[in-house]
Amino acid sequence: MFDSEEIKRISGQKKRWQKDLPDCSAAGPFETVSGAPVEFLCTPEDVRELDYTRDLGFPGMYPYTRGAYGTMYRGRQWTMRQFSGFGSAADTNRRFHFLLEKGQTGLSTAFDMPTIMGFDSDHARSLGEVGKCGVAIDSLEDMETLFRGIPLDRVSTSMTINAPAAILLALYIAVGEKQGVPSARLQGTIQNDILKEYMAQKSWIFPPGPSMRIITDILAFCTEHVPKWNTISISGYHIREAGSTALQELAFTLADGFAYVEAGIAAGLDVDDFAPRLSHFFNAHLDFFEEIAKYRAARRIWARHMKEKYGAKKPESLRLRFHTQTAGCSLTAQQPENNIVRTAFEALSAVLGGTQSLHTNSMDETLALPSEKAVTIALRTQQIIASETGVANTVDPLAGSYLLESLTSRLEQGAEEYFRKIESLGGVIAALEKGFFQTEISRAAYRYQLAIEKKARIVVGVNEYVQPDENLDIDLLEIDRCVEEDQVKRLKVLRERRDNGAVGQSLEALRSAAGGSDNMMPRFLDCARCYATEGEIIDVLREEFGEYKDPKFF
Amino acid sequence: MDRKIRVLVAKPGLDGHDRGAKVVASALRDAGMEVIYTGLHQTPEGIVEAAVQEDVDVVGLSVLSGAHMTLFPRIVELLREAGVEGMLIIGGGIIPADDHEFLREKGVEKVFTPGAPTSEIVDYIRSWFEKRKTV
Repeated sequence: MFDSEEIKRISGQKKRWQKDLPDCSAAGPFETVSGAPVEFLCTPEDVRELDYTRDLGFPGMYPYTRGAYGTMYRGRQWTMRQFSGFGSAADTNRRFHFLLEKGQTGLSTAFDMPTIMGFDSDHARSLGEVGKCGVAIDSLEDMETLFRGIPLDRVSTSMTINAPAAILLALYIAVGEKQGVPSARLQGTIQNDILKEYMAQKSWIFPPGPSMRIITDILAFCTEHVPKWNTISISGYHIREAGSTALQELAFTLADGFAYVEAGIAAGLDVDDFAPRLSHFFNAHLDFFEEIAKYRAARRIWARHMKEKYGAKKPESLRLRFHTQTAGCSLTAQQPENNIVRTAFEALSAVLGGTQSLHTNSMDETLALPSEKAVTIALRTQQIIASETGVANTVDPLAGSYLLESLTSRLEQGAEEYFRKIESLGGVIAALEKGFFQTEISRAAYRYQLAIEKKARIVVGVNEYVQPDENLDIDLLEIDRCVEEDQVKRLKVLRERRDNGAVGQSLEALRSAAGGSDNMMPRFLDCARCYATEGEIIDVLREEFGEYKDPKFF
Repeated sequence: MDRKIRVLVAKPGLDGHDRGAKVVASALRDAGMEVIYTGLHQTPEGIVEAAVQEDVDVVGLSVLSGAHMTLFPRIVELLREAGVEGMLIIGGGIIPADDHEFLREKGVEKVFTPGAPTSEIVDYIRSWFEKRKTV
């Protein structure tokens, strides 16, 4: 954007200006929250390589650095989507209605650990876990209750579910059928990102091979029958929460995304048929500029690889759309009200980075699931950003900042280096098997913790500005112990009441699909329709596919 | 020279949040302790078996799914059934303050919650170990 003569002139001026400044290096080190060095002052020198048309362009146009859509928030505001789920399906259904009445514009479902890990509520492994950190779903009956009074043709629903994603999608389609909504009109997202489970979130069931097959079955099925569904939410959120740096989050997430694209192509699908329904999910941590740069770099990298490496042609295949959640790991149990402020800054970075939807964490989440009061403040935070701050009026308002553009380019280059490293290890799955991602992440997490303990990084209320006599005075949500008992009772009644012959048949049909190469999605749907439970369906797959065990890298 | 303190860092239950457990495991190791990490998704029975087999001094339990009120007491109970005595059981995770007293009564000596420095955990284990030696 500047000619070399001018850069030279500026460079000389900067040196003269710096010469007379007092030395401040003792106050440092000056690093991002990820430990990346930060420039004291950026000038055109730092963006000398930047080519406006090639590297930035216009919103909604290749390489999408400036935004996924031309009109951005003037055309459509981001979706305010608070992740929620606890207790029974009826409890969560009430919370859904509460959030919709408060002005939330999409639903996002949190499931309990047994649902996530594929165990029914009456399984021995589920003891003490039912309804605890999400809603308990065992069968279509629970799913019908979860969406009671919510017309599925008018809301979009995101479901944070991975190893059993195909089954939860089948249950959702079956609820749609009961409501008279054809699958072609359903809108929403399943997370369905198993690779980041092996890396970071660790909620796996099957080994990588069969897991990838389930995913390509979903891609093929949805392309034909659920065309408005986001089939994979390629997630960096959990990678970051597990302790990664911003750069690792960016690089590992996109590497996972490319691995899904390659799997889809290898399964015989046309990249432009399935890539438009892939979406992304990033973390919004506290380092303001680094985060904004991360989102912009993500769009540019995705577009370039999709076009140049995978030959995608449709704009929808090239543009990266993403959901953001503020960083749970940045919140503190000490002086929890301060978390409102942290979350607001993080949410602002997501909006300035052009997110399509946003979840803002509640102040009490290091202590328990959020109370109604806490979740309302979190939602209001987004509404204040949208309605009062004016930041959404201009698309990509920080573009052209010397700092931000240089950070964006630096993150892109860093990600490319990681891609080469992953390639040299034999690709994502081979690198996982060698523990590459797991050790990178756990080392970064440990470095971060040590920096806090040495006070090289200040966390307000934790290692500085501490209130030793702090008396915690906020109401926490408690999950009633009878949730588990009631759920187990309901499940028992269901098992007696349903047509068990049909259940057995549908499970056997699934078994033969799993053992062969037919798409399993229609079989999952049949199982769902006749009230087979999630655990019964998963058990068939466990027998066919085997189970994955923690390789314990750290 | 004193022998090394042996610690089992264990993840009972179904949640996959292992950041805290691994950070604590690394810190204990750096503090000169012998650390065995169970990996994720362990049953109470599996953890007790590992604790007995590895002959550890300390078991550190980490749960972030809310299942601590069921899983922690169960593990202590199974350890007692296995005839284990004088082993320190501590816990960590998303554990509301109201639950701490109950867990202590059940035999979980100390609960560390988010924000606790690893040095606090190291010091706690060391001073327990010293005290046990002098008894």
